[in-house]
Amino acid sequence: MTKDIILAGVGGQGILSIAACIGMAALEENLHLKQAEVHGMSQRGGAVQSHLRLASTEIASDLIPEGKADLVISVEPMESLRYLPMLKPDGYIVTSMNPFVNIPNYPDMELLLKEIWKQPKYITLDADEIARECGSVKAANMVVLGAASPFLGLSNASLEKAIVAIFGSKGEDVVALNQKAIKAGRDYALAHI
Amino acid sequence: MQKLLLLGDEAIAQGAIDAGLSGIYAYPGTPSTEIMEYVQASKEARSNNIRALWSANEKTAMESALGMSYAGKRAMVCMKHVGLNVAADAFVNSAITGANGGLIVVAADDPSMHSSQNEQDSRFYAKFSFIPLLEPANQQEAYDMVHYGFDLSEKLRIPVMLRITTRLAHSRTGVVCKAQKEQNEIKLPENLRQFVLLPSIARKQYRELLAKQIPLENEAAQSGYNQFLEGHDKSIGIIACGLAYNYLIENYADHKVPFTVLRIGQYPIPLSMMNRLYEESESILVLEDGYPIIEELLKGMLNKGKTIHGRLDGTVPRDGELNPNIVGIALGMKIEIGVDAPALITNRPPKLCDGCGHNDAFLALNEALDEYGRGRVFSDIGCYTLSALEPLESINSCVDMGASITMAIGAADAGLVPAVAAIGDSTFTHSGITGLLDAVNNNSPVTVLILDNSTTGMTGGQTSSAYGKVEDICRGVGVAEEHIRVLKPLHKFHEENVRILKEELAYQGVSVIIPRRECIQTLNRRMRQKAKAKTMDI
Repeated sequence: MTKDIILAGVGGQGILSIAACIGMAALEENLHLKQAEVHGMSQRGGAVQSHLRLASTEIASDLIPEGKADLVISVEPMESLRYLPMLKPDGYIVTSMNPFVNIPNYPDMELLLKEIWKQPKYITLDADEIARECGSVKAANMVVLGAASPFLGLSNASLEKAIVAIFGSKGEDVVALNQKAIKAGRDYALAHI
Repeated sequence: MQKLLLLGDEAIAQGAIDAGLSGIYAYPGTPSTEIMEYVQASKEARSNNIRALWSANEKTAMESALGMSYAGKRAMVCMKHVGLNVAADAFVNSAITGANGGLIVVAADDPSMHSSQNEQDSRFYAKFSFIPLLEPANQQEAYDMVHYGFDLSEKLRIPVMLRITTRLAHSRTGVVCKAQKEQNEIKLPENLRQFVLLPSIARKQYRELLAKQIPLENEAAQSGYNQFLEGHDKSIGIIACGLAYNYLIENYADHKVPFTVLRIGQYPIPLSMMNRLYEESESILVLEDGYPIIEELLKGMLNKGKTIHGRLDGTVPRDGELNPNIVGIALGMKIEIGVDAPALITNRPPKLCDGCGHNDAFLALNEALDEYGRGRVFSDIGCYTLSALEPLESINSCVDMGASITMAIGAADAGLVPAVAAIGDSTFTHSGITGLLDAVNNNSPVTVLILDNSTTGMTGGQTSSAYGKVEDICRGVGVAEEHIRVLKPLHKFHEENVRILKEELAYQGVSVIIPRRECIQTLNRRMRQKAKAKTMDI
């Protein structure tokens, strides 16, 4: 099994917590894992990406070769398109539709969504709204993770365990919220594949 | 054995803790910062009394680490590649003093300049200084090389450089740890003149250093970090240094390369291995995640031997970080990438945070400078460098740590009056104080803004050596009390701040203006911790 994932977003949006959850779940399943993160200057509101590689055998490169990613998971719609050259022809895009507008020339939303919907395989969702329904908009990145979960090749049980391991110190409420958000995201994706 | 999920930086830190480290010294700099941060957060390190505090700059860090080595204990010093320029005086001479307790110098290079001003290759420094160098290909090797490096340093009494790049530093994977070693006891050098570089002693020690190169090369042949991997296809012999090896094998199913590969992880490179590859192969391809150092040496000035491919002949791009595709193309493979990103996507450059005090400081400065015109603000390395971009466009230089004040002096000497310097509090204590002393001694007509956010912001909020000391330092250096002005950079004080700036810009001598407001990121973090502590009380 190999799974190459690009995580995309804007610095400060919390893509590293998505990466941490997937990473923890992969460890739970005894998979090999490499995760290249972005630290430093770009974290100040710039475009950020993380390469996350899972495999049942040893992984060589920390970076995913261009055109070989199975999946782009994005917490921001424009950022989901930035990494198209990384994606396989039959790769999936899973992205939030909620824009993060911190630049004056952010493209027209309608045109942006049209571009995403032109791609062969995608899930677009209003992650903020779904997260609010779950109890807090803060869980939007977990909704996106949930929507991506059918494509990860990891069991739901491993992901749930990962949530407990990562958010356990923040209290039961936070764990319950994140688990609810993941399930809501997954349900949405399964209904829209 | 315990397996941990660690960044490359964290693997180095854990490796050092497990290898009997007594002290770590560093100044924050991407991508090296997390090494010190990991040791600072480690309970093991705390219970073992490992010294782990930020230094004022890389030079003081390097010298302190050398002092700990003198006393017989294991020390590590960490910096980003350009930090090594700052530490260079101490670093180069540490090869001649040699080490006593194990000493590892970690240099984190940044090919592609993700967070840097250049992509200099620290392997040059090691070669220049005759210091052995280790270049890990993965996080496990980084961990293991720390153990090996300390042993090598003590065995041959020489500092050892560990060279990593951003990709390794900031990539996370499973690392198997070894049992923890005891720290060394204090033990003075056998020769109490070993560290006294008087010319007569230095000449002798330098010859000893040169003589050490043979055992160092033998070590590199036997340690296992340089490997000769025989292949059946002799048309190309491949030299793959550090991470480049991963990108090479990524291009082959089951990671099996048909060509002979010399995998490099330790320098000086054993000549015997290099010679064997050269003799066996019809041509050579050199893959280095950095400058074409080996490639240049192998090619020589006249390039009259076998064909050598690499960065110099365009087989590999001349600059920037390697990746699997670049290496695949260099091997003549057909690479199929995904579809192009649509044209409507716009760049999203980093910017100052919402609510950042630097914003208000620069808005006031821009207005105060209106009457003089733009193009006279020399700045420095930090978050505030982002003020060069839209919408502020306030600053006109960013060269190296501390260069703002000194460049302003030179420009003022040339007649650009007033000349302004804008420097952060941590950068000021790193390398700005001596420049300010120059300005005072010259009585230069410069206005120095020390943008005090009470932290080292850009690298994530590390303790600033300047904290609580800025005015005292300026007074001590000799800036007149009435020309040290503290501002609160908030929108509501804008008019007043502009007025004060204008007054000082008109002054024909050295003034220091300190816009002081805590970094919004560290403030938020502090508030969250406070809220958490409060809920725990309940």
